[in-house]
Amino acid sequence: MVEAYKTNECDVLIIGAGGAGMRAALAASDAGLKVIVVTKSLLGKAHTVMAEGGIAASLGNVDPDDNWTVHFADVIEEGVYISNWRMAELVAKEAPNRVFELEKFGALFDRTPDGRILQRAFGGHTYRRLCHVGDRTGLEIIRTLQDQIIHRKNVTVMDEMYITKLVLADGRVSGAIGLKMDRGEFNLFKARAVVMATGGCGRVFKVTSNSWESTGDGIGLAFNAGAVLQDMEMIQFHPTGMVYPPGVKGLLVTEGVRGEGGILYNNQKERYMERYSPKKKELDARDVVARANYAEIQAGRGTEHGGVYLDISYKGAEFVKQKLPSMYHQFMEFAGIDITKEMMEVAPTVHYQMGGIRVDPDTGATNIPGLFAAGEVACGLHGANRLGGNSLADILVFGKIVGEGATKFATSENMPGFDEQEINAEIERVKGLVHPDGLNAYKLIDELTTAMSDNVGIVRDQEHLEIALKKILELKEKYPRVSAPGGLKYNHGLLAALELGNMLIATEAIVRSAIMRPESRGAHTRRDYPKKNPEWLKNIICSKDGDGMKFDTVPVPEIPEELKKYVKPEVY
Amino acid sequence: MDKINLKIYRKDPSVDEKEHYDTFEVPYVDGMVVLDAVRYVEENLDTTLAIRWNCKAAKCGSCSAEINGFPRLMCKTRIDKVGFNITVNPMGAFPLIKDLVTDVTGNWDILRKIPPFTPKELGPDQHFSMKQEDVERSKEFRQCIECFLCQDVCHVVREHYTDYFGPRHIVKAASLDMHPMDTIDRSTFLNKEGGLGYCNITKCCQEVCPEHIVITDNAIIQEKERAVDLTYDPLAMLIKGRRKKEKRVV
Repeated sequence: MVEAYKTNECDVLIIGAGGAGMRAALAASDAGLKVIVVTKSLLGKAHTVMAEGGIAASLGNVDPDDNWTVHFADVIEEGVYISNWRMAELVAKEAPNRVFELEKFGALFDRTPDGRILQRAFGGHTYRRLCHVGDRTGLEIIRTLQDQIIHRKNVTVMDEMYITKLVLADGRVSGAIGLKMDRGEFNLFKARAVVMATGGCGRVFKVTSNSWESTGDGIGLAFNAGAVLQDMEMIQFHPTGMVYPPGVKGLLVTEGVRGEGGILYNNQKERYMERYSPKKKELDARDVVARANYAEIQAGRGTEHGGVYLDISYKGAEFVKQKLPSMYHQFMEFAGIDITKEMMEVAPTVHYQMGGIRVDPDTGATNIPGLFAAGEVACGLHGANRLGGNSLADILVFGKIVGEGATKFATSENMPGFDEQEINAEIERVKGLVHPDGLNAYKLIDELTTAMSDNVGIVRDQEHLEIALKKILELKEKYPRVSAPGGLKYNHGLLAALELGNMLIATEAIVRSAIMRPESRGAHTRRDYPKKNPEWLKNIICSKDGDGMKFDTVPVPEIPEELKKYVKPEVY
Repeated sequence: MDKINLKIYRKDPSVDEKEHYDTFEVPYVDGMVVLDAVRYVEENLDTTLAIRWNCKAAKCGSCSAEINGFPRLMCKTRIDKVGFNITVNPMGAFPLIKDLVTDVTGNWDILRKIPPFTPKELGPDQHFSMKQEDVERSKEFRQCIECFLCQDVCHVVREHYTDYFGPRHIVKAASLDMHPMDTIDRSTFLNKEGGLGYCNITKCCQEVCPEHIVITDNAIIQEKERAVDLTYDPLAMLIKGRRKKEKRVV
């Protein structure tokens, strides 16, 4: 008889092979543990690869006044005071160490004239702080970590493995069940500790800069296992995504363009950022610039294809090609536009989830014993608005921390038990989706993402949020009738059916949290509540409640006195 | 509205003995790329079609295929460049998984063999100091997105079953050899273990590279020359012998 599934045992199971997952794997590997890294795509293709502009670390190589306290304050202030202070402190202090470590692993950063790591300006950062490799920093980071991973004897990577469920036993996480897509084979993972590093959920929106992978799988898996989510209403719109041609709508135009001097204009040739943000102009935080771009387009001062203009051509062809090579090629090849001569057309695009699984800052532990999380899927660092370059710092700093946290847990706990029935039930559930008579998940995904982009945009209001929620609930109702023809092997229709389940959880959490927050703070802007409200200096949390969701608020952890002095007090 | 006539290779080797082609009619939208058309099929016409894609921005190198016989990234190939009659095949150099998806994991086994970055020793508080112009030499090779189109087009890899590592992996070794802080020379290793000599410089790899890496001229030929220099050239060895060796040969 053919076995229903293959069994794999390890000390630490890491779900996701982006920067956070790989850095966590290195930490557990350093401690001598047996590590399995599973990823939905191929090794080296994770969304980290898309990061362009750089990694924020206060080395002070270009601006010697920079140090961790300034970086710390920037995170808290631009996150509009709902960030977790301890996470901000850790990232500000540790990011330089992670950058130097990468360099010792073999990453090559651009240099200052005296041979040190070069740093560029980015929105919301007080000083020039982003260590970079042209405009392909993410690729350099992922390749460097990948080189480390493949040479480790105690790390196994299993790619194209889609995890469908976390398994619980004795009140803790005991492993996971996954479908090996390229073989159509079920796998059970028995692990002492599990790390979620699955990235974000940008693809629940129609217009997004995110890769195919970012469907909120980690949110869905952790939520179903009982984990607490936080700040789900905080979705970052990147101010500059491509708008034309339609096939690349939403594709990222790096903030590096503005960091290197790019200027935004409306169709009147007005540099409107002087109006919205006289001091910081194009380099204000992302929420500010995204709202300004949106407002200009809404006011009818947009471009032919519904964007605004971004100009870097005045810097000269040689400069542009050296500093922003992939932007040059991206526009040349996708849009037929030479950005050394012409202006780009750009508009806001969904880019990042600030919210996610609530974790302990010092270990990455969630509320479920044995379950850890780091990177975009985790929550707390970025508050209501993430600064550019802080996500790469986030994944490396907290990748290491979560790897160490999981290691500590794994070495002190026994291998948990398993409920054979639960495993078989999950396999039957997935198999049950494979038949030709149900609804096509892609059609439902299209309805869901359209509803999200139309109603849960940069500027929100009760009416539109309710429309989105109604749609989500209607699709949730239809979800049990979804199916995919074909078999278990490399069946994207089946994958879409599984992903849709997670997307529905993520979107419901986003929209219900957004309805719950009657104020405008950071990325969450309400037309009907345009002001920031001191009563809402708190975090919204969300967890499973039977078949539904329950919501609550928790106070933002108070910043200790010795750190408070670095931060400007909040003004209302 | 214009229509695209899209012919797609279909086979699941665990079930089908022979491949066949399915033809689909896909509506054209301005600026569309081949991946848009293939995804239209997958989402609307046949959800069982196996494709691999991820970033749709030519940054991850997942959606490699042979489009009208030419190895390309589907996400980077505009319909208006290749015409409205399009045939898409999987990469021929790799074992087929299903339809357009091939097994490229053998590349990790090759990467594992290449001696990793081996830096100069530094004190705990010291950091590398490098000049931008030295960094630039390695940067070209680090643009590689591992789409493996160069491996696909290479007739040595594809047809001759030698132990040649292939263009991607020579580029990888070159990216390490050109690292200003690296201390070893991989050219002799590539020659002995990596079948570097099998490359007969037809330059097909640099023609298909979506990142425009000049693979043959800047990586392969350089490695070949150094390997020959270190192994066979008695005059060069004599001169080098007197000079302080810069890098340890592996």
